[in-house]
Amino acid sequence: MSDSSQRPLLEVRDLRVEFPTRRGTLVAVDTISFDIHEGEVLGVVGESGAGKSLTGSAVIGLLEPPGRIAGGEIRLNGRRIDNLAYREMRRVRGREIGMVFQDPLTSLNPLYTVGRQLVETIQTHTDLSEEQARKRAIDLLAEVGIPAPERRVDQYPHQFSGGMRQRVVIALALCVNPKLVIADEPTTALDVSIQAQIIKLLKKLCSEHGAAVMLITHDMGVIAETADRVAVMYAGRIAEVGPVKDVVQNAKHPYTHGLMGSIPMIGHDTEKLTQIEGSMPRLTEIPSGCAFNPRCPHAFDRCRVERPELLRVEQSRVACWLFDQGARRAAE
Amino acid sequence: MSQAAPQPAETRHEMLMRQTAEGMPLLRVEGLARYFDVSSPWLNRVLQNEPRAILKAVDGVSFEIPRGKTFSLVGESGCGKSTVARLVVGLYKPTYGHVEFEGVDMATLKTRKQQAPVRRRFQMIFQDPYASLNPRWRVADIIAEPIRAHGLMSDEAQIRRRVGELLEQVRLSPRDGEKFPHEFSGGQRQRISIARALASNPEFLVCDEPTSALDVSVQAQILNLMKELQTELGLTYLFISHDLAVVYHISDYVGVMYLGRLVEWGEARRVFFNPQHPYTRMLLDAIPDLEMTGRARTPVAGEVPSPISPPSGCHFHPRCPFANERCKAEMPESLGLAAGGEVRCHAVEEGRLPPPGDTGAVQAARARRDEAGA
Amino acid sequence: MAEMAREPVDPHAPPQLTFGRKLADGWNRFLDSDVFYSFKRSPLIIGAFVVTVILLLGAFLAPWVAPHDTMDLASLNLMDAFRPPVWEAGGDARFLLGTDDQGRDVLSGIMFGMQASLIIGFASVVLAAAFGTVLGLFSGYVGGRVDSVIMRIADIQLTFPAILIALLVDGIVGSVLPRQTAEELTYPVLIVAIASSLWVNFARTVRGSTLVEKSREYVQAAKVIGIHPVLIMVRHVLPNVMGPVLVIATLSLALAILTEATLSFLGVGIPSSEPSLGTLIRIGQEYLFSGEWWMTIFPGVALVVLVLAVNLLGDWLRDALNPKLR
Repeated sequence: MSDSSQRPLLEVRDLRVEFPTRRGTLVAVDTISFDIHEGEVLGVVGESGAGKSLTGSAVIGLLEPPGRIAGGEIRLNGRRIDNLAYREMRRVRGREIGMVFQDPLTSLNPLYTVGRQLVETIQTHTDLSEEQARKRAIDLLAEVGIPAPERRVDQYPHQFSGGMRQRVVIALALCVNPKLVIADEPTTALDVSIQAQIIKLLKKLCSEHGAAVMLITHDMGVIAETADRVAVMYAGRIAEVGPVKDVVQNAKHPYTHGLMGSIPMIGHDTEKLTQIEGSMPRLTEIPSGCAFNPRCPHAFDRCRVERPELLRVEQSRVACWLFDQGARRAAE
Repeated sequence: MSQAAPQPAETRHEMLMRQTAEGMPLLRVEGLARYFDVSSPWLNRVLQNEPRAILKAVDGVSFEIPRGKTFSLVGESGCGKSTVARLVVGLYKPTYGHVEFEGVDMATLKTRKQQAPVRRRFQMIFQDPYASLNPRWRVADIIAEPIRAHGLMSDEAQIRRRVGELLEQVRLSPRDGEKFPHEFSGGQRQRISIARALASNPEFLVCDEPTSALDVSVQAQILNLMKELQTELGLTYLFISHDLAVVYHISDYVGVMYLGRLVEWGEARRVFFNPQHPYTRMLLDAIPDLEMTGRARTPVAGEVPSPISPPSGCHFHPRCPFANERCKAEMPESLGLAAGGEVRCHAVEEGRLPPPGDTGAVQAARARRDEAGA
Repeated sequence: MAEMAREPVDPHAPPQLTFGRKLADGWNRFLDSDVFYSFKRSPLIIGAFVVTVILLLGAFLAPWVAPHDTMDLASLNLMDAFRPPVWEAGGDARFLLGTDDQGRDVLSGIMFGMQASLIIGFASVVLAAAFGTVLGLFSGYVGGRVDSVIMRIADIQLTFPAILIALLVDGIVGSVLPRQTAEELTYPVLIVAIASSLWVNFARTVRGSTLVEKSREYVQAAKVIGIHPVLIMVRHVLPNVMGPVLVIATLSLALAILTEATLSFLGVGIPSSEPSLGTLIRIGQEYLFSGEWWMTIFPGVALVVLVLAVNLLGDWLRDALNPKLR
């Protein structure tokens, strides 16, 4: 991993995303902070409604109105990007941050050939000539493993299968060598056998191009295979963040622990899976204190009133009062 | 607990035991096939000189499910597993083959009246908890629909009590009956679906990807509930899923489908620890490794071809590392295995497959099993 | 059964809802709904709603609130003919908006005329909606050949302008039936004529929504339970396709009123002895250039305001019920 003296590529500080609705303002992402270092893959994992996708959208400045960043700051290479004007942000999005979305069909324009979309993106952000850009597009298609790229470059998105389309989207995200790629559920819409190919490809290409990845997914398996570090989100907050091995195999936060136990595994013969009672609270009814406290088997009084901050536990940082050493010593 | 509650479990259990002793599978599917005409409209075909396009969604599938057991069908999108589920419950009519429920061929039941007593005994749970409940009905009415439709009870107070019981059975509150579906989360809606399916006291549930739309922690709740209900009520499940780990957890028997054909089936442990068909092995190898053993996986190249024009011979041959000329030309027949179950593969028949277990996934799973056993 | 009612409440059964509670519950849900919320937020829509209500009240309470009974020949006085509105020179306080060539009060004429227009409008929309919804539901749910036949008929129907169809129906009835019967049947004929030009919209929309709903899993669940197809259509599909029907009904009401006015203006609708917005405008337009503008302008304005208000409501309803536009 990169040395900590270096400034992180992406710094997110106290980010808050709000949705004004007629029933009051919903806080979808509640004061979260995290870093992504150069060349690192940060997995952001959580169940639906945890705010993981919104965090990604906030970083690239693509929040759907009426959603808005209500607080905090986002820095890319030390430069604030959360308050940029639309035009400037668009430049950042193409040149410095690439994107891979869940549904490859909707992220490609069905009316243009794949080649045209690649060439257009390349030319917007570089001074390559039409011919050079086209050559680069073909190279990229070859790089993402599309057979016969010279022929495929002139085909339309619907002529590609789901997996191939996702490869094109990855080529599109990488075509101007961005420093950061945000991948939002890149494998969810794909079949299992294709998922493995795409994960492998994404990981290989990002390390070759030296791009850091923010990998947003609900699938712990994908995280375990791909990420260097993981941030687990719950109800708009980060519950736990740490090296992937620690989070997956030695989860600290009761939520992460329960989540890992609830995943069925081949070879594990259990009559009953570990189950977390209840479901994630709606944004309108997030409990006070720790958002997880009503479902937590270890909750105590403090959890119900005071929101836990991220506490350092071994290599990880965990938002749980169980790990407050000072308080624990006092209790003993 | 109320004294008045009927106690069908006891007598039902006895009945089940008796019927199991008679050795008849609850469901038998024989040579089941369903073709869809996906041609363009007649005029377009004539003008553009296109041939008719026939999609063989399911092509010659046979299996049986013993009473009280869970049989799962796995496969990637377009393999026809959901079509099999719909054929079994009668949402589609089979093009060929037949579905036998307790030895009765469903095709012989022509009229709605004749079908009704059998229909009551099997129900279905759907994938999307947001689409499977009528948004304009109250939950109590949704759950009571099978009771009313089959005339199982006529007294309103009795129906209400039964609905309350069903809601408690799926761990919801009887008071939830007066709410509308949109007031519930995905997991709770799936519980309501299960309650509706149980309302007519069925013995057999067809579950079409019942947890794929749910988050993992909710999935665990639903899977646990389904297992509990199976033991409580002696239910038999046909379970459709693309998630092998879920299938391993819930199944007694597993069938693997590829492009409309059942390429391998057998007892769950046999299929997972001693997979024969190259496609089964590939699927197992594609599962992300949560144990992080760092094993090298070899994702198989290629994608599922279009089911409208599947490859000749064995449909899997273009992706199969062991394919030869025979695989390209000749469709493999089902082959009985010594370890139980059947497989459709020339390479297995000719004995030219390397032994299973070379793949990391199987090794890891076996290691886990041995560790747990020790 | 009577004892049942007194039985203590079973804690394991969901509480039964009385009709009154259901009604109150429904009302509260309406007040809390997005539709009502978007209504509250739009002054234009509130305005359109108020105007529509005033016009409806004025039209249907005309026998009681209109200053004159224009149908009562005895009350007419030719001396009062061609009086301009009150504020013009020669205006009469009794005739707020002036009088026509027969001495009939224009304001009262508009009120009675609007009543006729609205009755015909409502009736033809209800008829078209019922016919179109049933055909659309059937067409969408059954599919196959039934669907093709119904939809081709609808396509053919669409190639004729609405007015032409209405004229056709009117003309056929007029030439087939004896004059006396035809005159007695003026209203029904007009309603059928207008409805036959409107049903296609309902049928097409309902068919589209039915195709969507049919493939949804709650309909499949009902099939698996073994519910009769007709019951599935009526109890499951129909309630879920009623939203668009309501919208089209509102928009069609405006269209129906216009068609009625047009037909009456062309002289094939309501006979000129009876007032409707169309006949009023037709009678008035003969005098438009001789200076008696009020005879045609006021009924015209009434027609425009009515159609505009109803259309605004329809447009708003369409947007409010469409989650994609919200």
